[in-house]
Amino acid sequence: MDLYYLPRSGFSQLIDVLRNHAETIMVPKAQDGAMVFSELDPGEEIEAGWQEVQDAGRYSLEKTESPRWFKWATGPQALKPIVYPPREALWRVEKQGITFESVPESVPATAIIGVRACDLAALSLLDKHFLGSQFPDTAYKSRRDSLFIVAVDCARSAATCFCVSTGDGPSATQGFDIALSELEDGFVLRSGSARGESLLKGFSRANERQITLSEKQVDQAISMQTRQLPAQDLRSLINKSLESDAWEAIAARCLSCGNCTSVCPTCFCHSESALAELDGSSSTQYREWDSCFTQSHSYIHGIVIRSETATRYRQWFTHKLANWHEQYGRSGCVGCGRCISWCPVGIDITQEVATLNGN
Amino acid sequence: MMKPRLAVHKFTSCDGCQLAILNMGEELLTLADLVDIVHFAEAGPVEPEAQVDIAIVEGSVSTPDELERIKRVRENSNCLITIGACATTGGIQALRNHQDSSQWVSDIYPQAQFIQSLNTSTAIREHVRVDFELWGCPVNSRQVKAMLRSLLFGVSPIDEKSSLCLECKRQQNPCVVVTKQEPCMGPLTRTGCGALCPHFGKACFACYGPSETVNSHSLVKRYQGFGVSKEDMIRRFNHIQNNAAAYKESVINIARNFDE
Repeated sequence: MDLYYLPRSGFSQLIDVLRNHAETIMVPKAQDGAMVFSELDPGEEIEAGWQEVQDAGRYSLEKTESPRWFKWATGPQALKPIVYPPREALWRVEKQGITFESVPESVPATAIIGVRACDLAALSLLDKHFLGSQFPDTAYKSRRDSLFIVAVDCARSAATCFCVSTGDGPSATQGFDIALSELEDGFVLRSGSARGESLLKGFSRANERQITLSEKQVDQAISMQTRQLPAQDLRSLINKSLESDAWEAIAARCLSCGNCTSVCPTCFCHSESALAELDGSSSTQYREWDSCFTQSHSYIHGIVIRSETATRYRQWFTHKLANWHEQYGRSGCVGCGRCISWCPVGIDITQEVATLNGN
Repeated sequence: MMKPRLAVHKFTSCDGCQLAILNMGEELLTLADLVDIVHFAEAGPVEPEAQVDIAIVEGSVSTPDELERIKRVRENSNCLITIGACATTGGIQALRNHQDSSQWVSDIYPQAQFIQSLNTSTAIREHVRVDFELWGCPVNSRQVKAMLRSLLFGVSPIDEKSSLCLECKRQQNPCVVVTKQEPCMGPLTRTGCGALCPHFGKACFACYGPSETVNSHSLVKRYQGFGVSKEDMIRRFNHIQNNAAAYKESVINIARNFDE
């Protein structure tokens, strides 16, 4: 594989070539106490030094003296809201003549810089869900096709990260156009697609020292991970634990608030509702993020199937870690740790698996 | 076809929820085309005893007169909808339910004999059958329009009762509990407001009332860890929606178990 090098001072060259391919460039920014992806304005630079401290139910940003732009590990969201917006109009109906029309959306070509390996693994799962059937989701597809992805290898893990144990990180292996490895003074770059390669061709090659440094820091990110899921397929453990007391113990803490499913980069459940004009002349059908932690999610023919929190947590957990194998050929967990950090009461999925496993 | 007839009745309240109707702008004219607004004192028409298809009730029952009046409203309407915290749970004024409020009256007013007031402020549901309740303090125009449109279509309005967190996350507000250790009531509060307070970095104060699942024990324990005092925690439940069953129960549990 060809590896290129771009000094930090020359990063604008990469931005310039990306601007030829993308109308919008999204980069990480510190906003309201978290790293979020937001549009890069012309002339604006990515802010250096931000890193975060994460723990169960805890996320705080701190500004360091480091020149690095990607010292942080994860933010509350990454690609999910970009390819699958929290709320979107699907179609409209006019009462006059009863006519239906889809709601068109213009999707600008978007380059996103700073995507992590776990986010790429999650994106490939969302692709399977939204595009893998006989009836691909057209709204998802147009947004997905508009993406140019610049990934970043993690040089650091947060305390909540466990992508090593799920096999999804910390370095990007698939699903990107360009991947960066950030060093103090610049970036080692590699391409993951033909269009990525074409953009990198003009850059100079990375030297041995730069390549060794970039490899070492991935090892450092690996060694920083303290949480893990067991290496084995969890289906048999979970299937024999369906009647375990553990679910009630979790329900005593769980708020059924749905924060975990909202931040999970692979959770895709949604609800649909119609919003009619007050005069009743037309109505728009909306799709919005829902959660298996709501009553309405399991409301069928007058009955809420999962009326208790214990059964809702069990549903999320068994679907994510066991039933996804049947549906999508792998577990639905990519080890990003967001459900741990963003749970208001700090419920830790890795700890709950360990508890079921008798540890 | 005759247009459906609509009345808006006021009980003990601040009138703020009626503004959700008055502030609809141009759509208020649309509404006036769709229904006959026969009684809505704050907007003009006054015919409190009129027979109507839809009665919207704002405010709680807190006077002897209101005890009788709500019965007549019920008799005169096909469908009775409550709007706002006062009508659905008794409102902030239900705080007096736990006190000797007649003593307050004589302490405050020089001629207390002119004040006709019950010792309690209670929800409309405690007096008559209610067909649908719109939660919030105050309710907003979006809720009122969706409710009225559903009724005009002849379907049940949607009861928005999942946790505020879901709406807050849909707006992609970084969580104030996780980033700032703010004792936000969002996980125990129903959606409907559009996550207004967290959107501006403030903790939710539960003005929309309990969500469908209220695990206050777990959340209170968490906030105790942030250093929130027992009194502060009780106040967060004993607020606008203090008379809502799930919050009342939470207060009892905090009073009993906080120091464990």
